[in-house]
Formats: sequence, C-alpha cells, structure tokens
Amino acid sequence: MIEIRNVSKWYGHTQVLANASTHVAKGEVVVVCGPSGSGKSTLIKCVNGLEAFTQGTITVDGISVGDPKTDLPKLRARVGMVFQHFELFPHMNVLQNLALAQVKVLGRSQEEAATRGEALLDRVGLRAHAAKFPGQLSGGQQQRVAIARALAMDPICMLFDEPTSALDPEMIGEVLDVMVELAQEGMTMMCVTHEMGFARRVARRVVFMDHGEIVEDAPTGAFFDAPASARAKAFLSRILHH
Amino acid sequence: MGEFDFSVWGPSLPFIRDGLLFTLRLTLVAMSGGIVIGTLLALARLSPIVPLARLAGAYVDLMRSIPLVLVILWFFLVIPYITGSPVGAETSAIITFTAFEAAFYCEIMRSGIQSVPRGQLNAAHALGLGRAQSMIHVILPQALRNMLPVLLTQTIVLFQDTSLVYAIGAKDMLKAADVVGKNYNRPVEMIVLSALIYFAICFSLSLAVKQLQKRVAIIR
Ligand SMILES: Nc1ncnc2c1ncn2[C@@H]1O[C@H](COP(=O)(O)OP(=O)(O)OP(=O)(O)O)[C@@H](O)[C@H]1O
Ligand SMILES: [Mg+2]
Repeated sequence: MIEIRNVSKWYGHTQVLANASTHVAKGEVVVVCGPSGSGKSTLIKCVNGLEAFTQGTITVDGISVGDPKTDLPKLRARVGMVFQHFELFPHMNVLQNLALAQVKVLGRSQEEAATRGEALLDRVGLRAHAAKFPGQLSGGQQQRVAIARALAMDPICMLFDEPTSALDPEMIGEVLDVMVELAQEGMTMMCVTHEMGFARRVARRVVFMDHGEIVEDAPTGAFFDAPASARAKAFLSRILHH
Repeated sequence: MGEFDFSVWGPSLPFIRDGLLFTLRLTLVAMSGGIVIGTLLALARLSPIVPLARLAGAYVDLMRSIPLVLVILWFFLVIPYITGSPVGAETSAIITFTAFEAAFYCEIMRSGIQSVPRGQLNAAHALGLGRAQSMIHVILPQALRNMLPVLLTQTIVLFQDTSLVYAIGAKDMLKAADVVGKNYNRPVEMIVLSALIYFAICFSLSLAVKQLQKRVAIIR
C-alpha cells in the first residue's frame, strides 16, 4: 500500500532523511519511533506529499507521490492524516469539520456528508458534541474528532503523527482505544508514536529512526525483545523506564 | 463675528443629510471594495510567484507612502485621461478611496493570513482540499475573524478620511456644511455640527466593533 524507497531530503545543507526505505502492506500497522528531530514527522509528511523529498520514490496504492504529474489533492483525499495538535478548523463546529472535505472534495451532498459524519461521531463516542466548536472540547475529544474527520473521507490508509503526545495522560487512552479498534478492523496505518503499549498490541513492525536514517525495521516482537542496534536499545530503555 | 447662532442647524439638515449619505456610501464602497481587492493583493504578496508578489508589494508601498490628499488630487486629474472622459468628483473619490484603502486592508489581511497556524493549511491539504479551496474555506475565514477589529478600526479611519474629498469638491458632508456655512455666514456653527456628527458616528462605530468582536471571536 505504502512503499518508501531510498528517500532522502535535505534542508539546505542539513540532511533530514537519509536513504530511508520501508513499506506498509495493506491491512498492516507499522509504528515509527525515534528520538526528537530524527525525521519521523518529515517522513510521514512525505507520504502524502505535504513535504517534498529530494531523492527516492514513494508510492501509495501504486501512485507515485513525487511525480509532478500526480494529482496530489486527489491522492491526499484518499489518505487520512491525524496531527499532533489535532488541527481541527476552529471556526467550524464538529459536524462542519467532518463535512467540509466530503462536500468540497468528494462532491457529497450536505445531507450525505452529515449522515456519514454523524455515524463516525457515534463511532468515536462524540455524537452528542456534533454542534460544539473544537475549542469547547477536551484534547482527547478533539483528537477523536480529527480521526473521525479523516475517516469521513473513506481513506485507503491512515497516517498518524504523534496523535497522543500533546494530550494530558488521562486522555491518551480514549484516543488509543479508537486507534486500536481501527487497526483491528484492518485499516492500513503508519503511526509515529512513542506509545509502546499500542505498538505491542497492534503493530506488525516497528521502524526506528535516528538522524534521518531508518536504523531498524523489525517485526514488533523482535524489536522489543532483541533490538539489533545499540541506538535502538538506548532509545527503548529511555522511553520504557522514564 | 458676534454671538454664535446655532439656529442655522435646522435649515442645514437636508443638505447635511445628502452629504452624509454620500460620505457613508463612499465609506461602504471603499470598505467592501478595499477588503476584496486588499485580500487579493495580500494573496498576491504571499504568492510564490515572485513577480506577482513584487508587483503587489510595490503597489502597496507606493500607496502607503503618498499622502492621501495627493492621491485624491492625482486620481482626479489622471482618471479622465485613462477613461477618455471626465468623471465627476464623486465617482473619482469612490475609485480613489477603494484603490487607496485596498493597500491598507491588504497589509491587515496579510498579517491575518499569516496569523493562521501553518498546521491548518497542512490539515486542509491532507483532506484533499486544493490551494484555492484551503484558502477560501480554512485560512481566509480565520484570517478575517482574527483581523475583524483591526479591519473595522481601519474603516473608522477611512470614514474620517473621506472628508479629504473636500479637496476635489465632491459633495460630502463636510462640503455640505461648508456651503451652508458660507450661505448663512455661519461657518463656525456648521463646522461644529459636522464635527459632532463625525464624532457621534465614529464613537458608536467603535462601540459596535467591541460588541462584534465578542460575537465573532473564535472559541479557543
Ligand atoms: N523547515 C525546516 N527547515 C530546516 N530544518 C528543518 C525544517 N523542518 C524540520 N527540520 C529539521 O529536520 C529534522 C527532522 O525533523 P522532524 O520534525 O521530522 O523530526 P521528528 O522526528 O518528527 O521530531 P519530533 O519527535 O520532535 O517531532 C530536525 O532536525 C529539524 O530540525
Ligand atoms: Mg515530529
């Protein structure tokens, strides 16, 4: 579903991605982790073309993201993305947030979009909040709305960039529950996260990045039980016993 | 001069009303036109197409570095050359103010657009919205709300500045007061009247801005 081959990216003279290669098969969950500044956000944003890359190729469902001829908005409409800071549209209520792209991009009618939106709000447990504005919701609720907004586009895969790291600890669970459920239903997911419990439960593989490099790309069990590199070992011991 | 005689206010009212209507029309047209053109200018200034950004920037800088009264006079003299026929002082004033105010509204909208966090644009793009759609549905509505108090404050300044059309003889409220003042030989009384009207309108507008600000503020 997602194929990343030998991707490199420079900001001026600093290299932020170094020959990164990995893949996410259909129905698979892959967790990406690594220290701050290692290039995780950059990599995941390259997947839907929010960031350009300098070298290499990325394909999503066979479509090349870096190809100038690719209709990026059309591709992005099929790839859901969830951000660290939710990025709900603050001037629209929850249901309008869910409906906007359905109507403007997919060409659904307002009624269709609202029906689909309400069904997804139900699913993330927020049906009663449809008329509220994002600012009236807790962080955990906002992030669940953001997930519902991405799902409303019926995406073929989902990208998550640290979806729980801006949340108060007591709200992390409610967001992870939605993500676990999604994974169990067979959604293809690439998740940047440091929630290792989540990784253990649903991830097929874990990708470990450092300094723009993919240092390790291993099945989840192997990654946790016997990380191959010293860097991954050090990272794991830091985040598991903080 | 002798005593003040405010009885001139009564017979002056029909003239003052006509002048005031023009002043208000000028303000409203220059405000709406200025905000629309100003927003387009702001988008041009922020555009990655360098020549377009430069051109818009040059226009804005030019307008902002010439005294308004000169722009008013200059447009009044130049527009007939462009259109090929003379235009009235009123039409000239409307064109001039729209063009001039657009430069100021442009800078307000530009900072408004820049005040919207980068992540919002990413989120809009990630949903498949194109550049124009993201601007129209996500960025501009937030920019407008963030900037509403500043936009309206600029409009109050604009309302006061319309009195400068006096320079080309357009029949605004100040001109009406002036004419009546001369005819009845009561210039001071008429100036006091127009000052009071300007004050009353500007004061109520700034109160209205405060109210509106509460109503449209984005809930965060
Ligand atoms: N616009 C930019 N210009 C220059 N350097 C940048 C820019 N954006 C990111 N970088 C650099 O790229 C590197 C990778 O950044 P990235 O945000 O992908 O890291 P990350 O792994 O997501 O980190 P974090 O865990 O803090 O989110 C960092 O060193 C960062 O300083
Ligand atoms: Mg990041």
